Amino acid sequence: MPPASQRNTKKERPKDAKGTMKHIWKYIIRYRAYVIIIAILCISSNILSLIGPSLAGKAIQEAAAGKGQVNFANVFYYAKLMLIFYITASALTLLINILMMNVGRRIARQLRTDVFNKMMKLKVSYFDTNAAGDIISRVSYDIDVLSTSISTDLVSIMTNVITVFGSLFMMIYISPLLALTVLVTIPLSVVYIRFMGRKTRPLHAKRSAAYGKLNGFVEEMFSGQKTIQSYAQEDPVTEKFETINTEASDAFHWANHYGMTMGPTLGSINNLGLALIGMFGSVLYLKDLVNLAQISSFVLYSRKFSGPINEIANIVNEIYSALAASERVFYMLDAEEEPADAENALELTDIEGNVAIKDVNFGYVPEKLILHDFTLDAPAGKLVAIVGPTGAGKTTVINLLMRFYDVNSGEITVDGHEIRTLTRKSLRHSFSMVLQDTWLINGTIFENIAYGKEGATRDEVVAAAKAARIHHFIMQLPEGYDTVISEDGGNISKGQKQMLTIARAMLYDSKMLILDEATSNVDTDTERQIQSAMRQLMADKTCFVIAHRLSTIQNADKIIVVNDGRIIEQGTHSQLMGMKGFYHKLYASQFE
Amino acid sequence: MHLIAHYMSEHWKKITGGISLKALASLCELMIPYILEHIIDEVVPQKDIKMVILWGFGMILAAFIVRTLNVNANYNAVAVGRDCIKKLRYDLFKKTVYLSGSTFDSFGLPSITSRMTSDSYNVQNFIVSVQAMGIRSPVMLLGGIIVTMIMDPALSAILCIMVPILGVIIFTVSRKGIPLYTKVQKNVDNIVRIMRENISGIRVVKALSKEEYEKDRFGAANREMTASDIKAGIVMSMPGPIMQLFLNIGLTFVVIVGARRVNNGVIEPGVILAFLTYFNMILQGVMGLNRIFMMMSKATASADRIEEVLKAEDDQPVLDLPDSVCPDPNAHIVFNHVNFGYNALPKENRTVSSESFAGEAQEQCLTDITFSINHGESLGIIGATGSGKTTILNLLMRFYDCNDGEVFINGKDVRTYDKKELRGKFGIALQNDTIFNDTIGNNISFGRDLSNEQIAHAAEIARLADYVEKLKDGYDHMADIKGANMSGGQKQRTYIARAVADNPEILILDDSSSALDYKTDAALRKSLQTEFKDTTLVMVAQRISSIMNLTNILVLDDGKMIGYGDHEHLLATCPVYKDIYESQMGDIA
Repeated sequence: MPPASQRNTKKERPKDAKGTMKHIWKYIIRYRAYVIIIAILCISSNILSLIGPSLAGKAIQEAAAGKGQVNFANVFYYAKLMLIFYITASALTLLINILMMNVGRRIARQLRTDVFNKMMKLKVSYFDTNAAGDIISRVSYDIDVLSTSISTDLVSIMTNVITVFGSLFMMIYISPLLALTVLVTIPLSVVYIRFMGRKTRPLHAKRSAAYGKLNGFVEEMFSGQKTIQSYAQEDPVTEKFETINTEASDAFHWANHYGMTMGPTLGSINNLGLALIGMFGSVLYLKDLVNLAQISSFVLYSRKFSGPINEIANIVNEIYSALAASERVFYMLDAEEEPADAENALELTDIEGNVAIKDVNFGYVPEKLILHDFTLDAPAGKLVAIVGPTGAGKTTVINLLMRFYDVNSGEITVDGHEIRTLTRKSLRHSFSMVLQDTWLINGTIFENIAYGKEGATRDEVVAAAKAARIHHFIMQLPEGYDTVISEDGGNISKGQKQMLTIARAMLYDSKMLILDEATSNVDTDTERQIQSAMRQLMADKTCFVIAHRLSTIQNADKIIVVNDGRIIEQGTHSQLMGMKGFYHKLYASQFE
Repeated sequence: MHLIAHYMSEHWKKITGGISLKALASLCELMIPYILEHIIDEVVPQKDIKMVILWGFGMILAAFIVRTLNVNANYNAVAVGRDCIKKLRYDLFKKTVYLSGSTFDSFGLPSITSRMTSDSYNVQNFIVSVQAMGIRSPVMLLGGIIVTMIMDPALSAILCIMVPILGVIIFTVSRKGIPLYTKVQKNVDNIVRIMRENISGIRVVKALSKEEYEKDRFGAANREMTASDIKAGIVMSMPGPIMQLFLNIGLTFVVIVGARRVNNGVIEPGVILAFLTYFNMILQGVMGLNRIFMMMSKATASADRIEEVLKAEDDQPVLDLPDSVCPDPNAHIVFNHVNFGYNALPKENRTVSSESFAGEAQEQCLTDITFSINHGESLGIIGATGSGKTTILNLLMRFYDCNDGEVFINGKDVRTYDKKELRGKFGIALQNDTIFNDTIGNNISFGRDLSNEQIAHAAEIARLADYVEKLKDGYDHMADIKGANMSGGQKQRTYIARAVADNPEILILDDSSSALDYKTDAALRKSLQTEFKDTTLVMVAQRISSIMNLTNILVLDDGKMIGYGDHEHLLATCPVYKDIYESQMGDIA
C-alpha cells in the first residue's frame, strides 16, 4: 500500500469549477429568503448611493451661491434631506452586512454539520488512511474560507455589478462612439481574469492541501510528543516540521503572489481605458464628433468604474481560493460511505446469541488475504477465546463481526441471519465491545461510563464501576464521578482507562460481548476480580475474548488457536493441553 | 499585537521598502487624471494629434509604472507575510515539542493544534493586508485633512472634531472584538476536539451506535461556535456604517456652516465645492483604517493565543544543585525518599483550562520511594493498576519533577542534567507510544543516525524481523497513521525495536509486552539478557514471569514500596508478591 498521504493526493484531483459552484449554490439557495431580501436591500442602497452625492452637490451649489446670496431655506432643506438619506443609507449597509454575515456563518455551520454527519457514515478505513489533522483542517480552515467569501463577496458582486452596468449604460448614453473604448478594456479584463484564474486556481488548491498537510503533521507529532521527548528528537522533528512549514508558507506565498497582481493589473487596464478615452476622445473632438462637455462627463463615469474593478479583483481572488477550499470539503462529502443496509434489511431483535462464521476469506486489500477458510461456531451463552501470535488475524475477526469490514467470501450469521441482511445498527447494538485501545470522551467519569446507555442512573453507573473495580479509584478523586477526564490529558493510567471502558461495556446490556485485549494493562489480581464480576454478567451472553494472558481464558468453553489467518487447533483448555500442540507450547512458554 | 509587531519588525527594511513603493505608486496614480485634464484642456484646443498621442502614451506609461510599483509592493507584502509566519510557526512548534507534560496538558492538544494552524492563518492574513492597505488609508486621511485645513481651517475643524470621536469608536470596538474573537477561537478548539475524539474513536462510536448522540454533541458545539462567530461579526460590522454616518453628518454641518461663511463673504464659493472631493478622500481613509482595525482585533485575539504558548514558562529548568549529595554515588539509578503527586506542580502563570484533568487530582501518587540500581543490573516494577508504576518512570526520565527527595543517575540529580543529555541515556517503550506515518525502518531509527544493520538487529531482538521480512518492501514498508495497518503486537514490537536500537545506557519497558504472546515475550527477555549485559534495564510488567529473573524487583501498592529485593527475597518477605506469584504461576508454583 502506498503511504496514506500519497493515496489522498491521487484521489483528489481538481474538480471543475462549475460543478463546485453548483454545489456551493445549493447551500446558498437554502437561504434564498435572506438572499432575496439582501438583493432588494442592495439595489435600494445602490439607488441611494446615486442620489446621495447629488443631494450633497445640490446643497453645496446652494451654499456656494456667493456672498449675501445664499438661500438658507434651500440649504437647510437639502441638509435635512442629506441627513435623512445618510441615516437610511448607513442603516441599510448595516442591515445588509449583518444579514449577509448570518448567511455566511449559517452556511458554514451547515457545512460543518454535513461534514460531521458524513464522518459518521464513512467507512472505518477512511480514518486509517486520512490524517485526523487533515480532516479537521477541512472544517477549521476550508469551510472558514468559503464562509468568509460568501459573507463578503456575494454583496460585493451585487453592488459592483449594478455600478458597472449603470456606468456602462450612462457611458453609452453619453457617447456611443467613445464607448467603443470599452471594447478594448472589458475583453482585456475578462481575458486577464480568466487567465489568472487558470493560473491561480491550482495554486489555491495547493495552499488548501498544504494547510491540510501541515495540520495533519502537527496533530500527529503533538500526539506523539512524549515519544519525541523520550528520544530527545525535539530538534530533528522541528527540522522536519520546517520542511512542511516551508511548503505551507510557500504555497501561501504563490497563491497570494499571483493573486496580488490582479488588483494593480486591473487598475492599470482601467487607466489604459482613460488614456484611450483621452486620445480617442481628442480625435473625435477634432473631427467634431463629440464636444468637450461630453468627454468630461464620460471621464467621470469611466472613473466610477475603477472602484468596482479593484473590488472585482479582490472578489475574484477570494472566489478562487474559496473554490479550492470548498473542493476539499466536497471531496470529503463525496467519499465512499459504508454501503447502505440491504433494501429489506432486518432489525435484529430477540437475540439469542448464536454466532457462526462459515468459510470466510478476507483481506483488507484483495490481493492479500488475512483470513483463510475461517469457520467458527459460537453457540448462545458460550465463551469463545481466540488466541494466536500477533498478526494472526484475531482482531480482523472482530472487525468482521462488527461489520467494520465485509467478508470477501463466506458468511457470518447471528441467530441464523447472515449479518449483511441485517441493519448495521441493530447488529452493532447486539454487541458490547471493549478494545485494547481505550477511548474516552472529554467529559465526566459518569458521562464516560454511561456513554453506551442513555438515561443510565447514578446507581447503575456506580454498580458497573464497582464491577470493573474502578469505583475505589474514582472515589479518591476530588470530584468523584463528576471529575472531568479526557483521552489525551490527565494522569489517569492506561489500566484505569481500560477499567473505565470495561465499566462502560458492562452497563451496555447486550447479548454478545467482545473483549479484545481488554485487560492487557490491568494487573492480574484486579483482572481476576473483574473477571469474577464479569462472569455473572456474561452468564447468558455469547462472549468473544482475545487475550495473550492465557490465564484469562482458561475457563473458556472453546479456545480457537489461530495462526496466519487459519484455525489450527480448537477445543477446551484441557483438550488443547492434551494435544501437546501449538497451544501447549504457547502455554508452557509463559513459565520459561 | 506585541507579538505581531515583534515578528514584523524583523523585516522592517523590506516593509519600509514596500510601503515606499506603495506611496510612490499612489503619487504616480494621481498624475494620470492630471494628464488627462491637461490633454483635454490644453492639448486638444491646439488641434495637434501628435501631441495628443504623445501625452496619451505618457498616460499609458504612467499606468504601467503604477502597476509595476503596486505589484512589487504587493509581492513584497506577501513575502514578508510568508517569512513572518514561517518563523512564528517554527518558534511555536519548537516551543511546543519542548513543553513539559503538565504544561502541554494544561493547554490540551486540540487547542495547541488550532493555535498552530487556524490562529497562525489569522495573523498571516493581517500581516499581508496591513502592508497592502496600511499606507493608503492614513495618507488619504491625513492628506485630506491637511488640504482642507489649508483651504479653510474653520470648516475643516468641523470634520476634525469627528476624527477623535471616530478614533474612540474604532478603538473601543476593536478592543471589544478581541475577547469576542478569543471566544470564537476557543469554540474552534471545541469543534476540533470533538472531531478528533470521533476520528480516533470511530469504532467505538459505531459499535455503541452512538452516531446520533455524537451528532448532537457536535451540533451543540457547532451552534455555540456559530453563535459566537455571528456575535463577533455583528459587533465588527457596526463601526463601518456608524462612522460613515458620523462623517456624513459632519459634512452636512460643513455645508450649513459653509453656507453661512460664503454668505458672509469669509470664503470663496469654490472652496466649498472642492470640499466635497476632499471629504470623499477623508471618508475613504477612515473606512480603510476601520477595516484594518477590525482585522487587527481578530489577529490580536489569535496572536494572544499563540503568545500564551510561546510565553509558557519552562517549569522544569535545568537546576544547579551544588549541595545535592547522592547517597550511593557509584550506583546507576538512585531514588532517595521520593514523594510525588501530580497536583502539587507549580501552577502560577499558567492557564489551566477547566476541562483539564491535569493538576487537579489531589492524591499522593508516590510516597517515600527509595532504591538504588547498579550498572548492568535490572529493576522490575510490579503492582496493581494505578499504584504508581509509570509515575516512577516519569520521574526517572524527568517528565515530571518530584515534590520531595531526589532522583539520581550516575550520582547526579536528574534535575541538573541537560535534558538532551539525560534523555539520550534512555531507550524507552512507552505504554501510549506512537507509530508515525513513516516507514518501519524510520519508525525504528526515529531520527537517530542508525545503520541498516542496527535497525535490522533491533528488529531481530524485538522479534519484529519475521513480520518485516514477509513484507514486500521490508523496512521501507509504510506504517499508516498511528500504525492502523499493524496489529497491536506488531506495534509493540516496533516500540521495543526503537528502544533497543541505539544500545541505550538505560532501557525502559513500560508494560510493553502486554500484546505479545508468551513465546515471543520469553524469547525477547532472553535476548535482552544476552545482548544487553551493560545496559541497565527498568521494566514495568503485569506478568510476574517477565520480571522474576531480574536482579531487583520493586512491589508497589498505592504509591508505597511494600517489597524490594530479588525474587527469592520477596517470596520470603512480601506476602503480596507471593500471592501474585502463586496466582499467576498456578500449578507450577
